[in-house]
Parts: sequence; structure tokens; C-alpha cells
Amino acid sequence: MAKYLMLKHYRSSSIPGDRPFAPMDQWTPEEVDAHIKYMYDFQDKLRETGEFVDAQALSPEGTFVRYDGPGRPPVTDGPFPETKDLIAGWMVVDVDSYQRALDLAGELSASPGRHGEPISEWLEVRPFLTSPPTVTE
Amino acid sequence: MTSGVDDAALRELVPAVLSVLVRRGADFATAEDAVQEALLAALATWSSEPPADPRAWLVTVAWRKFLDLVRSDVARRNREERLLAEPPSGPTENADDTLALYFLCAHPSLTSASAVALTLRAVGGLTTRQIAAAYLVPEATMAQRISRAKRTVAEARLGDLGDLREVLLTLYLVFNEGHSGDVDLAAEAIRLTRQLARVADDPEVDGLLALMLLHHARRDARLGADGGLIPLAAQDRTRWRTELITEGVDLLQAALVRDALGPYQAQAAIAALHADAPTVEETDWTQIVEWYDELLGLTDTPVVRLNRAVAIGQANGPRAGLVALADVEQTVPRYAAAAAFLHERDGDLETAARLYVQAAASAPNLAERDHLTREAARLHHLMPGR
Repeated sequence: MAKYLMLKHYRSSSIPGDRPFAPMDQWTPEEVDAHIKYMYDFQDKLRETGEFVDAQALSPEGTFVRYDGPGRPPVTDGPFPETKDLIAGWMVVDVDSYQRALDLAGELSASPGRHGEPISEWLEVRPFLTSPPTVTE
Repeated sequence: MTSGVDDAALRELVPAVLSVLVRRGADFATAEDAVQEALLAALATWSSEPPADPRAWLVTVAWRKFLDLVRSDVARRNREERLLAEPPSGPTENADDTLALYFLCAHPSLTSASAVALTLRAVGGLTTRQIAAAYLVPEATMAQRISRAKRTVAEARLGDLGDLREVLLTLYLVFNEGHSGDVDLAAEAIRLTRQLARVADDPEVDGLLALMLLHHARRDARLGADGGLIPLAAQDRTRWRTELITEGVDLLQAALVRDALGPYQAQAAIAALHADAPTVEETDWTQIVEWYDELLGLTDTPVVRLNRAVAIGQANGPRAGLVALADVEQTVPRYAAAAAFLHERDGDLETAARLYVQAAASAPNLAERDHLTREAARLHHLMPGR
């Protein structure tokens, strides 16, 4: 088993010809409900299969922070409302194969949007680094 | 365990107790839950009231728990009446189904992750919480994994002939899982393999147990004070545990005499040759290469080819190692690290440094990435003009 992070950037495809998806506030309330239900059902299914590890949603507004020398408070910057790459949240799964992680991400990306059509948003799938195995030679 | 009860000794009784319940007619899934409840009861009471016969105590309590579980399930009313009508007794109470339990928990219909979870619970007697913590997943996720695994094997009968290779792979995976936490998975894998070796007559079981012991002997020397990985060549060999090495070598020698070589015996032989060497320079690399040739004949995988190329580099010089490496798929994990090592020994620091950087970027775990990054930094520092 290996753990994968499925990162939701809320970014539609940048490939020319891909449709951008409409912001959620322009959907009907029923379409919003259907989208949210899809997300919860997806998580429930992963719990049932024993593959669920974690899912979190993030507030869109963040603050950048850095060290600013001894005895001084950290410098903060932001919020950056114009940030192009908005990380909206993530899901962590523990699955048998990389292919399974890709399949699940594809399924999550198919969540319904406006007119019930799949939003086909890009998800980033990244493997967790693990602990080293005992037997290596 | 904090209760003062010898946890490992208690869990040693699990397969026998579970076997008795199943032989009395209990279904495996419910019987397994009942045994878990009996274990909890034992942990709660044994420190103040240790039983004269722990196994009999567990059987009695587990059977009572089983009846409670069945009674609480209205749908099973008929079965309950049948069970209560046939009080169990007789010689079956002492039959040893331990091996059959291993087979069931590593049933070929299970994924390896499910087989691992079920084995740790039903054979090992670990709680779902402990298994979940060891594999860093939520308890509910692990509970689902185990109950699905039980459903998958529900149709299989305890006693059906199983596949020993699946059992060995399951135990190997438990051992090789590097996580350390509340439960020492390596020690648990050794305990379970030892128990298996008592009931299964196959030199590969002893080969696997030897392999585990020989690697476990080096564990303290593998990790630095900061938790960093210390490669074999840099380990303080005085910290290797000689009693484990002796036991592993004895087991291996007895297994090899039976002349049924398998991949675990071959890997154990390689580990034994490392264990036998006072320094990395005094390692018998020629013999190690010979064992890799054997291993290649038994299981031709890119990982074996990669490790063989490194060993050839040590036995016959880095050029020979690089020639052997040319036959290995570049996509195999740790290819860049092996290539970096051989190029450095060949004197090509520039290439080695570049490959170490590449290897660090693709390292599958943090300890290796840190180690490879340090190697790259070391070479960059050695090279003039930087």
C-alpha cells in the first residue's frame, strides 16, 4: 500500500481547447448540492473500501510568513487574492497501486458541476515519501 | 502493554484459541471478534488474577464472548440454537490449526494489504487500533479493511490447503514495513515467522526467518542518533547483535542442507555474508555475486539485477559493475543511486554528483533522500572549481 495526496487546485485545464468550468456561485443550488453530495459519497466509498486516510478543505485566503532576524517578529505578507493557483483542499488515500490512485483522482475530477456535467478539474496526485524498507541489498 | 501482562506471550495463544472456536462450529469472522474481546478481558484481569491455564481461560472466555455476539444477532438465531444444542468436546480441542489460520489470512483472493491486516489481527492478536497506528491510517479505515478481508475469505474453509508463498510474502511485507511506532512490526513479523516455522515444514520458512534475523541484527546500527540512515558500509559493526546473527546463520545452514533453494534462503545467504564480514572491505563479494546469480535464476527482477550490478562493482571493480548495470532497466527504483556509487568509485565525480542529485530527487523515502543529498553535497565539496 502507498499513500497519495490528491491536491485540489480548483484549476480548470490549461490545455488549449479545454473548457473552463463556471464558478460554483453561478450554479443552481441543486447543482451545488449535487456536487457536494458527490464529494461526500466519494469519501464514504473510500472509507468503506479501507482506502481513506484524510480529507481537508482549506480557506481560500492564506498569509505568507517568514523569519525576519533575531528578536524581530516574523514578516507577514498577503493575503494574495489574485493568487492564480488556489489550493482548495486535499484528500489522502492509501491504495494498492499508483494506477488505483490515478483512477480515484479521475473519478473525483468527474464530480458534477453546472448542468450536471463533470467539471473535469485538474487534480495533482503526489506520492508520500515513506519510511525506508528494512531489506535493501 | 501497561497492564503487566506479557503481551507477546498472550498473543502467542491466539491461533490455538481461534482454531478451537472455529472447530466448534463458529464462523471465522465472529470467532475472531470474540478472541479479540477475550484478549482485552485478559489484559484487564490477568495482572491481578493470573489464570492457572491461560489457554483454557481464553477459550472459555472467547467462547462466551462468541455466544454473546451470536445472541445479539437475531438473524443468527437458528445457528445459535444448533450450537447450544451440541456441546463441543473431544480430540479436536487439541488439534493445531495454526498453519491453516496463516493460510486463510493470506488467502490468494486477498490483496497483500488486506492479508497483512488480517494476519496481524487474527494470527497476531493485535488490535485494529494498533494495526492502524502502525500503518498510519485512521482506525475506521483499518477496521473496514479487516472486515472486508473477513468477508472475502468467508467462503473459504479453515483447513483448505493454502499457498505458503503467499503467507511468506505477507510476513516479509510486515517485516519490511519501516514504520516504527507503538507496535514493532519487525519484531512482530519475526515472532509470527517463528511461530510459523514450528508448524510448517519448508526450508523457505526458515530462510525467511533467517533473513529477518540477520537484518534485524543490524537495526540499531542502521539508524544514527538523528534518525538518519547509515548505509551498510558505514555502520558500526560492533553494534550488530551477534546472538541474532548466530541464530540466523544456524537456521540458514540447516535450511540449505535440505537442498530446496528458494529466494528467501538466497537473500538470507547474502545477508549472512555481510554479517560475517568484519569490515566492508573484507566482505566476500565474489560469493555474494554468486548468490545474486542464484537469486536471479530463482526470481529475475530488475531489483535483483540492480543489486547484483553493485555487488559485481565491489567484486570485480566499478567498470565491471557499470557493464552489469547496462543490463538493468533505468526505471527501477534506486537505479541512479547505484549508478552514482559505481561512477564515484570509477573516479568520475562529476557524473556521480549529478546522479546523486537525480537519485535524491526520486528517492522513495525521506531517510534515503537525505542520505543521497549528503552524498551529492560531499562530492560537490570535493570537486575543485566549485
